[in-house]
Amino acid sequence: MGLFILRRVGVMILTGLCLTFLVFTLTNLYPNLEKLAKTQGNFRMSDEEVTSFLERGGYLQPMVVKYGEWLGVLPSYRHENADGSIQGRCILPGQAPEEAPEFCGVLQGYWGFSTVFKDEVGSIVATRLGLTGKLMFWVMVLMVPSALILGVLSGMNEGSKTDRTLSTVAITTTATPEYVSGVILIAVFASSAVGLKWFKGTATSAMEDANFENFFLPVLTISLYGMGYIARMTRASMAEVMTAQYIRTARLKGVSFPNIVVKHALRNALIAPFTVIMLQFPWLLNGVVIVETLFNYKGFGWTLVQAASNNDIELLLGVSVVSVFVVLVTQLISDIGYVYLNPRISVS
Amino acid sequence: MEPLSWIEIITRVLLQFTPVWLSLVILFVLSITYKRKLGLYGKLFDSTIGMIGFALVMFWVFTGIFGSFGMIVTHDALAQVSGMKNELPGAPLPNPDEGQYPYYLFGGDNLARDVFSRMVKGAWIVVQIAPLATLFAFMVGITLGLPAGYYGGRLDTFLSFLANLILAFPVILLFYLLVTPEIVETGIPSYMATVLFVFPLVFVGVLLNSRYKTQPNIRAPLLIGVLGIMGWLYLSLISEIGSKVAVLPGFLDLFDIPSGILVVFVSVVFVNSPTVFRIVRGLAMDIKTRDYVAAAQTRGEGPWYIMLWEILPNARGPLIVDFCLRIGYTTILLGTLGFFGLGLSPESPDWGTTINDGRRLLQIYLHPAIVPALSLLSMVLGLNLLADGLREESLRD
Repeated sequence: MGLFILRRVGVMILTGLCLTFLVFTLTNLYPNLEKLAKTQGNFRMSDEEVTSFLERGGYLQPMVVKYGEWLGVLPSYRHENADGSIQGRCILPGQAPEEAPEFCGVLQGYWGFSTVFKDEVGSIVATRLGLTGKLMFWVMVLMVPSALILGVLSGMNEGSKTDRTLSTVAITTTATPEYVSGVILIAVFASSAVGLKWFKGTATSAMEDANFENFFLPVLTISLYGMGYIARMTRASMAEVMTAQYIRTARLKGVSFPNIVVKHALRNALIAPFTVIMLQFPWLLNGVVIVETLFNYKGFGWTLVQAASNNDIELLLGVSVVSVFVVLVTQLISDIGYVYLNPRISVS
Repeated sequence: MEPLSWIEIITRVLLQFTPVWLSLVILFVLSITYKRKLGLYGKLFDSTIGMIGFALVMFWVFTGIFGSFGMIVTHDALAQVSGMKNELPGAPLPNPDEGQYPYYLFGGDNLARDVFSRMVKGAWIVVQIAPLATLFAFMVGITLGLPAGYYGGRLDTFLSFLANLILAFPVILLFYLLVTPEIVETGIPSYMATVLFVFPLVFVGVLLNSRYKTQPNIRAPLLIGVLGIMGWLYLSLISEIGSKVAVLPGFLDLFDIPSGILVVFVSVVFVNSPTVFRIVRGLAMDIKTRDYVAAAQTRGEGPWYIMLWEILPNARGPLIVDFCLRIGYTTILLGTLGFFGLGLSPESPDWGTTINDGRRLLQIYLHPAIVPALSLLSMVLGLNLLADGLREESLRD
């Protein structure tokens, strides 16, 4: 088991390095840098001015070197200006060059500076991630139990009327992406055209003070899309368990049906959904981006959109690193959990 | 003129769809009559769920096709009629010209365009791109997944690592990285198109080559003919005058894809193919242990013959089901791209873009966003039901 985890972690780190290098390359292509120079300087810069700006910032070094500096394994680039002063990535404004550290990258905890929010990337990501964490927590609270109940109810009597109805519900929710269900939910429950006005159509106020009225719609929108999928997995796995020999034995023994479902079937039927729930995290991340944009909830997904559409290179990199990390860690947990829950699988 | 009542609106919309209803009836009557001779497709008509799904899908397919010929639509999807801004469904035009349709059946959007016609035109964009992009993703996934599953070993490890790499990306981040104007300027999407669109050629080439290897008099002309035509199509697809990849001179270039569409197409194929790769790889690993594969190996068939003519046909059931589901997923992805205003032009009538336009005024005017939202929902739902029906029927054998 230890070796298995070790190997998985190794592959994970390798994947993480490859992915961050990919994102780094794509965000540091010359057109992006040119745009960065023009937004930092002014929009009427000539080509020579752009080149000299980029030269001073160390942007014109080979990609691998820049990546190493960003990661913090290579000493950071320093440029000596014409007046003899030294500028560099690690040297904060007003700091003497001698005092500045030689390495400053992600490994040293320095994530760079956001050009849009005028703040340290690390602190932006942390605050936004906290807000999204709140959203995700309530999504999980709503989504997982309802999906499992839906799946168990339809799977315990395969082919029955309950099963047909609930399966259709599950298929419908998987066919409804967040930007469709969100729009429909806002239209029905929040707009003045229908007039129900039960909930608020924006979640901006939920950032400080989340309550049922302003937070339920975004949570429901994300949950719906993932719910159908988990419910269908649970249904399939439950239906399979219900045909097993030991369930038949229990029935012949005269155990009541609710008891069979709860005591005999449930534990075995929940192995498959567990992996699915963990693997849903990357999908939830997508949902979060859409829903936060739709409901104007300024969390992690909203930051991603802002960073990407405003060419905020360092913030986008920070956001990418975090999201890739989340995806990889959940994959790891799902693998380990699967082995742990299912005694039939051995890793060696 | 008075605005139409709801009953009048529904009647007029149903009438407007007449060609679609006729085609649907003909298709269903023909299919149900001959369903015993039509294999898996015919079996679909034994399951109610499958039939409902198929009807929903074909409704949008016919709507898209007829809409592209200018039928069904009541107005030009881009034309703005003054005085119709945000008008409610069934609103009459203030002073209609001779021969102009006198109503906006589903109302007007915030630029005074007809919501109904935009919905129909949006269907055509989805019907064009989604199945084709899915098909390309399947070509890529199959061409790489079969050898990975069949040979295993280092090749498998390497390809699986690459696939997992792409899968670990949140899709939206990938879209934002690939579809921005700066990236398009560097030509990366064009190069990716050059690589990804080779796979259908490779697939068909290997498929025919392995089948007719022993009959050289058929093989040579067939391969030259098929690959020649496909190569020409391929070159005209990727090359565009003025872009980074301009290999063909203009007079040989058969058609030009607007670069926005091409970028969207490439990124959707790119996102979908790793999943297809994983499915095909798993199926190949499972099927290669069967007796008929061993028999073919004993007969001395080449590896590609076994992969493409022994393993692939036996993996078709799950692949067809996944194909339907994946078209639905691609539709959702296209909508996502439109929703974030990536790739497609801002006035394009595709559903994602119209939902994004409409959502700004959602608190007051529902119809500009709700109509495309329900269209997308019904189309994807149809595809999912169709896949469900197919799965049930193919399991029954």
